[in-house]
Formats: sequence, C-alpha cells, structure tokens
Amino acid sequence: MKNNTTSKGLGIHTRRAIAYIILILLSFFCLIWFFILFINATRANSELGTGFTIVPGTYLLKNWETMIHRPIPIVRGMFNSLFVATMSAILCTYFSSMTAYAIHAYEFKARKAVFTLILMIMTIPTQVSALGFIQLIGNIGLRDSHWALILPSIAAPVTFFYMKQYMDSTLPLSLIEAARIDGAGEFKIFNTMVVPLMKPAIAVQAIFCFVGSWNNFFVPTLVLDTETKKTLPILIAELRNTDWATFDMGAVYMSIAFSIFPVIIVYLILSKHIVGGMTLGGVKG
Amino acid sequence: MKRKLISALLCAAMATTLLAGCGGKTTDTNKANNASSNNEAKDGGDVLNIYVWNTEWQERVVAYYPNYEKVDDTTGKIGDVTVNWVITANQDNAYQNKLDEALDNQATAKDDDKVDIFLIEADYALKYVDTPDALPLSELGLDDSVFANQYQYTKDVVTDSNGQLKGASWQGCPGALIYNREIAKKVLGTDDPAKVQEAVSDWDKYAETAAKMQAAGYFMTAGATDSYRVFSNNVSSKWVVDGKINIDPNIKKWVDMTKEQADKKQINSASSYNLWQEDWKKGFFTDTANVFCYFGPAWFIDFSMSCDQDGSVGSAGGWAVTQGPQGFFWGGTWICAANGTDNKDLVADIIKTMTTDPTVLSKIVEEKSDFVNDQTIMEKYAKDEKFGNKYLGGQNPYGIFASGVSSVSLANQSAYDQGCNEEFQNAMTDYFAGKATYEEALQTFYNKITAKYPDIKAE
Amino acid sequence: MKKKKSSNVVKYNRWGYIFLIPFFVTFIVFQLIPLFGTFWNSFFENYRSGRQQIGPNFIGIENFKTIITSGLIWKYARNTLIMWVLGFVPQIFFSLLLGAWFSDKRLSIKASGFFKTVIYLPNLIMASAFAMLFFTLFSEGGPVNSILVNLHILKEPFAFLNDIAATRGLVGLMNFVMWFGNTTLLLLAGMLGIDPSLYEAAEVDGATSTQKFFRITLPILKPILVYVVITSLIGGLQMFDVPSVLTNGKGNPMETSMTLIMYLNNHLYSKNFGLAGTVSVLLFLITGILSFIVFKVSNEKNVK
Repeated sequence: MKNNTTSKGLGIHTRRAIAYIILILLSFFCLIWFFILFINATRANSELGTGFTIVPGTYLLKNWETMIHRPIPIVRGMFNSLFVATMSAILCTYFSSMTAYAIHAYEFKARKAVFTLILMIMTIPTQVSALGFIQLIGNIGLRDSHWALILPSIAAPVTFFYMKQYMDSTLPLSLIEAARIDGAGEFKIFNTMVVPLMKPAIAVQAIFCFVGSWNNFFVPTLVLDTETKKTLPILIAELRNTDWATFDMGAVYMSIAFSIFPVIIVYLILSKHIVGGMTLGGVKG
Repeated sequence: MKRKLISALLCAAMATTLLAGCGGKTTDTNKANNASSNNEAKDGGDVLNIYVWNTEWQERVVAYYPNYEKVDDTTGKIGDVTVNWVITANQDNAYQNKLDEALDNQATAKDDDKVDIFLIEADYALKYVDTPDALPLSELGLDDSVFANQYQYTKDVVTDSNGQLKGASWQGCPGALIYNREIAKKVLGTDDPAKVQEAVSDWDKYAETAAKMQAAGYFMTAGATDSYRVFSNNVSSKWVVDGKINIDPNIKKWVDMTKEQADKKQINSASSYNLWQEDWKKGFFTDTANVFCYFGPAWFIDFSMSCDQDGSVGSAGGWAVTQGPQGFFWGGTWICAANGTDNKDLVADIIKTMTTDPTVLSKIVEEKSDFVNDQTIMEKYAKDEKFGNKYLGGQNPYGIFASGVSSVSLANQSAYDQGCNEEFQNAMTDYFAGKATYEEALQTFYNKITAKYPDIKAE
Repeated sequence: MKKKKSSNVVKYNRWGYIFLIPFFVTFIVFQLIPLFGTFWNSFFENYRSGRQQIGPNFIGIENFKTIITSGLIWKYARNTLIMWVLGFVPQIFFSLLLGAWFSDKRLSIKASGFFKTVIYLPNLIMASAFAMLFFTLFSEGGPVNSILVNLHILKEPFAFLNDIAATRGLVGLMNFVMWFGNTTLLLLAGMLGIDPSLYEAAEVDGATSTQKFFRITLPILKPILVYVVITSLIGGLQMFDVPSVLTNGKGNPMETSMTLIMYLNNHLYSKNFGLAGTVSVLLFLITGILSFIVFKVSNEKNVK
C-alpha cells in the first residue's frame, strides 16, 4: 500500500507537509489584517504616518476617547445594530421553523409547489426590489424605523431550507401524532414540543441570522437617515467619506476595531457550534 | 378565488407604491405655494423646527442666542417655544433628501411639524434659493440694510434670480494660501508673508515656485484638488448652459496646470490626488512635513490641520498665511427661513441676532475663532495684535483672508454646482494619475453627471 | 359524533396553510409587492430636478432604451463579473483542496478544528468594516506599503487604489478571504458524506489521491458544486459593500470597479426612480439568465 502511493503520487509525508504549509499560509492571510488593525488601533495619529511597526503603541485608550467624542455615534450604532440583529434573529428562526414545520408535518395539496416556490424565492436578489421596498415602507410609515429592517426577516428562505433539512432528520411525524392523541392543539404542539426539539438548529441559525443582519449594509443605508438610529455598517461607511471633520486615523482604526472585534470574540467562544453547524446543515448531495 | 385575490393584491400594491410614493408630491408642492398666505395670519407656533446636517450652528445658537435654554442634544427652549433640531448627516445627500421630504410635506404638515429654519451650503444654495422654499428675508421684515456689513459674496450665494436675498450667514469663509514657514525659509529664503506672496502672486509664479519646491524635495501641494476651489470660484461661465454641460476655460486651466504638476511630481500623488486622505495630511506633522502649502479658510487652520495635536506643524506655530494667486472661499453655512413657517418673528430675530448683532459676532470671533460675516468687526480684529494666531507663529491672518474674497464673483453659480464640482474633481484624478486620457476622464464625468441629473445632456 | 380519520387529517392539514401565513404575508408585503412596484416604476419618467418633481409620466420602454443605448450597464456587468471571477476561482480551488485534505483520513490533519475556525472567521466580518480596513491598509502611506518597502519588495509605495488591476484584485482578494472558509465547510460536509468504501475500493485498485479526487469526489460533489456556483454567482452579482466602501461609491479608477448594484444605488440616491426601476428589472433578468445557464451547463455534463 505504502509503496503504491509513493510510486504513483507524492509520499504521504510530503503531502502532509504541503498541506500544513498551505493551511498556515491561508490562516496567515485570514488573520494578518486583524493583527495590523489591532496594532494600528493602539497608535497615535501622528505615529501612524511614520510607517508600520509590529509593537503595539500606547494610544489605545486615547483613541477610544477620540472615537467616542467624534460626531459619528459609534457606540449608539452598536446598540442599534444589537437591537436590530437580535430581533431579526428571533423572528427569523421562530417563523422559519414554523414555515418549515408547515411543509414538514402537513400533507396539504400545494405542499410541493410551495416548497419549490420558496426555493425559487431564494434566488431573487433582495436589491432588485429595493426601490419598491423604500417606497412601500415610506407609505406604511416605517421609513427611518428599525422595524423596516426587522420584520422582513420573518420570510427567510435560506433559514427555512436549513430548518426543513433538520426536521427531516430529527422530527418523526409519529411524535406529533402522539401529542395530538394527548389532545394538544396544533399551536401548542409547535411551541412546546417542536421548538424545543429544534433548539440546536435554532441556535445555529440564530447566529447566522444575527451575523447577516449585523453586517447588512445596502438596505439600512436606504431606510435609516437619522444619525442616532443608524447601524454600525452605515457609520463605518461614513468614516470613508467624512469630509469636514479632522481625520484622526487612530480613531478610524479604533472604530473599525470596535465593530469587528466583538464579533470575533463571540465567534471564538461559539466557534464549535458555528463551524459544526455549517457542516451539519450543508446541502446534502 | 385565490388567483383573483393575488391579482387584486398586486394591483393595490402597484397603485399604492406608485401613486402614494410619487404622485402625491406634485400636488403637495402646489399646495405649499398657497400655504404661506394661509399661515401668515397665525404666528408664534409652539415648536421651532430647525433642519441642519451637523451641530456647528447649533453650538453657536446654544452659546450666544439670548434666552436659549438647552434641554438636551436635539431640543431646547426659547421662552415658551420648543426648539427642535433635526440633524441629518450630509453623507450621500441624506441631509438634502430629508429636507426635501419635509419641504414637500410642508403644506400638509401640522404646524408643529413644519420646517421653520433650514441651513444650506453654497454648492447647492440655488436649489432652495431659486424656489419658493426659502422666504425672502424682506418678508420677515429684514431689508437689505440690515445686512449691509456682510461680505458681498456671502449675499450673492443666497440671492435668487430676482435679486431677492433669501438667507444669511454668520461666518465668512474666505480662503488663503497657508504655507509651511520652515520650508519657505529653506527654499525661498524667507518666511515673511509679503515676500512669499511675491512667489505665488499669480499662477505662472506659482508654477515656478512649484518647480523650486520639487528641486528641494518638497511637494507644492498635498493633493491635486487643493487648488480646485481657487479656479472654480473664478469662472466666467456656468456648469450648465442650455441644458448641456459646459467646461469653463478656468476649469480647463486648472486641469492643465494640475496635470503638468502631477506629471512632474510636484504634487503628492500618494494621496491619490484627493483631499482628506491619510497621505494628504502628512504635511500637517513636523516629522513627515513634505508639503509647501495648503489652500484654506480660517476654520481649516483651526479645525482641520491637526494643530492641537502634539508633533503637528501648527502646534509649533509653523504655518503662515498669504493671499495666493486668486481669491476664493471654502465652506460656510447659510440660514434660510422656510416658506410656511409658523414662527416668523422668532425666525427673523434669530437670523438677525446670529448674523448681524455686533456683540454676538464679536464673541464668536473671540471664543470660537470663526471668521464672522461682518466687515467692520473683522477689520477691527485684523488690526488687533492680540488676535495673532498661535498656529501661525503669531501672525494675524484676518486681514489677508478679507482681502482676497472681494474679487470673488458668484454670478456663475448654478443649481448643478455640487454634483459637477464633486464628479469633475473625482473623474480628473484618474487623468492626473495617468490612468486615463483627458477625453476618457471627461467621459466618466459625463456618465456620472447624466446619471445624477437626468435633465442635462453631455454634449 | 366521531369524526372519520380522513377528515381528521384534512382538518389538521389546514394548519399547514395557517402556519405558512406569516412567511407568505411577510414575503408578499416586503418582497413581492416591492418587486412589482419596482418593475412598475421602470415604465415611468420619474425623477427630481433640484426641488422639482418630474413625473411620474408613463413613457413605455423609453427608460430601457436610455439604459441600454448608454451601454454603461454592460460595462458595470463586466466589472462585476471580472471581480467575481477574481475572487471565485481561488475560492473554489482552495475550498476543494482544503476540503479534500480535511476529509482525507490518511492525511489526518492535526488541529483541523483550529484551521476551520480561522478560515471561517473572515466570513463573519462586516463587509463594510473589512473594506474600510483594506482601504486604510492599502493606502499609499498605509501599513501594507510601509511593510513592503521595508522588506525591499517594493522600491517606493504603490498606489493600489489608483490602479485598475490592483483595485479589482483587492476586491477579489477580499471576497476570496471572506468566502473560501464558508465554501470549504460546505464542500467538506459533502465530502464527509461520501461512502468511505468507495475510496477503499479505489485504493485496492491502486488509485492515487489525485485520481480518487477527480474520479470519485468531484462527480459525487457535483450537486453541491452547482449549488455553490449558483449561490456565489448570485451573491457576486449583488456585490456592493466591498467595492462601494473601498472606492467611496465612485468605482474608481475610471469606473472600473463600479458594480451593477452600485449603479442601481446611484439612481436610488439621486431619486431617479424610473431609471432605478429599469436597472432593477435588467438586473433581475441578468441574474435569472446567468443562473439558468450555470444550471443548464452543469446538467448537460451530467447527461454525458
């Protein structure tokens, strides 16, 4: 066996060495940016002009102060983002489970057609309907409101698809049947039995919904225009075209760091679930 | 049944999105014109709504308007009237969009929601001044004599095509050439403003000096667009003539001069030829000072050149100011009274006090270092040695700022200036960087402008 | 009064429709109605000139003529596709490679959990913040130039964002860094699902790793690959955050990094609802056609 591989291809040790080298290089490429960001967030505006150093500076707190006192309300933006993303994650996972449950548990006529329809919806880019969307929310009084960003997450085809996959493998119909015999109503079955059973899937998807909403940029810029309501990505983009204010690069790096590092820390804590969830929910061939 | 329901829903949807979204507006504007007469009878509303894009003017009002009581960051009280500041940042035109929306609804809005005061900038002043949106100040009982002391260009900006004054500003933003004393001494042998002026008194001399700077290892300016305003303030024709884009000879002159200097590396290309970049600001700091001059007004020195930071050229008093080749202005904020306001008397008093009252204006100069919009006051301060600017090594810059601006003529403003100025500078940076020919850069400019203003044509 | 079982089922199944209501109400209100509203707008002249509202006036397909004859939409479509390919090719290459390595039991990569965590990390980063970061890092006086000059790789700082290839390359690089971890994990899930006995049989026949990969792994992975290509293509056509923040919405240099959505966004901001609607419709068609082509091409190969 061993001889076979060495004669026809590279030896296992060589291959392993190559694999490690490439993996380390790619990891380097994933992390280097955040390293530079961290270093620069600790250095003063005047130091930044003189070139990059590997040693962190001493201006971390000072940059934090400058950032907080800039006219762009970054901290407020963080809370706005937290609110929008949390609400979206809750609505998105709950109602996607409900939609998936409808397709999974009931044998109604249009079932197949509805399933295909939802999959087709998945391929429509959201930006295509953006124009109609802003006109609509203007008419129903949701302009400049966080709810215009939260409510649409009830209809999330991708999350639905994941939930459906998960139900197929973990939710036997006999269980539901048994609950019905015990006299439970359909809503009650869903809320007290199905939702708890779906917890692992809900947790994974809640994270993805949260991150998706947290990072969303295109729609929020169209919806929100009051400075104190804006979410983080808009405020970060504002840094790019701030025109009048003095441009303190230390504070700019600090603002970017402030919007990136909390996500990284939460990710590192939850990484097992997230990476595991990705593999678990992958579209099976 | 179902199909009917869906199609009914869709029809309703289309009708609402289209009609309510856009159709309503034309009638609104018509109503707005009538509204002012209806509202004239009633005065003294309870809420004063002020539309602004930053807190600059708000700070001035809070500090200097008599009887203003601050409640929180966006509200205050003047007597019984609640002052409500509607602050929308200027990014991506958001401020104007918000203001437009409010003005569209001005006629139908409740009195307490009506816009009373809004602020504008020079680049798009005509958009509001040449429409019924802004009230002529004479209708508020403020005739032209009230503003006699103000700099003429600040009045030109807000004068409509019928010659009516429709706004006022408390500040003047005349610009000057701000140069690095150290570099001037090294290369020109002097840092005396009068002598340095001789080296930059017109564009030919300016070019010669640029060559000297380069020979000595310095850049003339930190970016290509530094000098843009100096040219665009002195044009002889408008950006749009008969519905077509028009490139003024002076603008073309800017392109040619800048291209030559860019090719000869007399301008710092590292800033991607744009303002406000990290590399553009290197000239502000002693360790990285590589730039002879910047163009800017008084606020530029006080707020933009990092003078309050350690290690900056300004903190060591290393800058000085001279007139430069041509006069220009940069920035400024104008206060307009909105058509339909229910607080005319108060609005009139605020405009009058904040832009003409000598005590208030003097205080603003002394405490906020603004260059205020009153020729008498500024002449007084120009002679006062106490007002030497420490960032300028003790030089008093007010006289120099005032002298340049008298030559600026704004006869050739147009409502398209904002978009044209922005997009033209942006498109030309590719030409300066050698990434495009002049024709290609011009084509990019045309593409952007026709997308921005569908009613004008490229050629 | 006992009900028959069949009617019981029917009664329950009605709940299927009830549970679908939130999804479809939301979908119809926030997506379908706006979609039709957008399309409807494309037939109207409707914009603002200063403070004046022009229209809406019905003008038929005039807007489509304007957009198509100006030709800009094709230019931006080309930009978008170029930048997508620049990111996607390395993305799919490294994802397949890494997936194969992670799933190869004989290779038994140690610390694979660590590597998976690291490569997936950039996917969670706010694209606008990431682009802002790249903008500062790659500016001419920024840290990357400073490092490259110090290492004597460059003689003098290079203006990345003034250079067409470099700007597009940076957008591609960012998309690659942000997405290859995600794709790797997706493909890995598929690879782990492949029956190990297939590989064992191949090994008995003396197949090399390369042969196993091309003969066994790839064909079985095909459905997932098609899924990855289509979703990535749709995502690519929606490219906006990264080039927009990187170039401040200008698509510099010379509009060569201007994407379709940035074009749409320009019309939305200048309140030109007629042309914005038209661009949306064309975008919808382009997305549909490209997805269809990818789907067809991959299916055809299946038949062979």
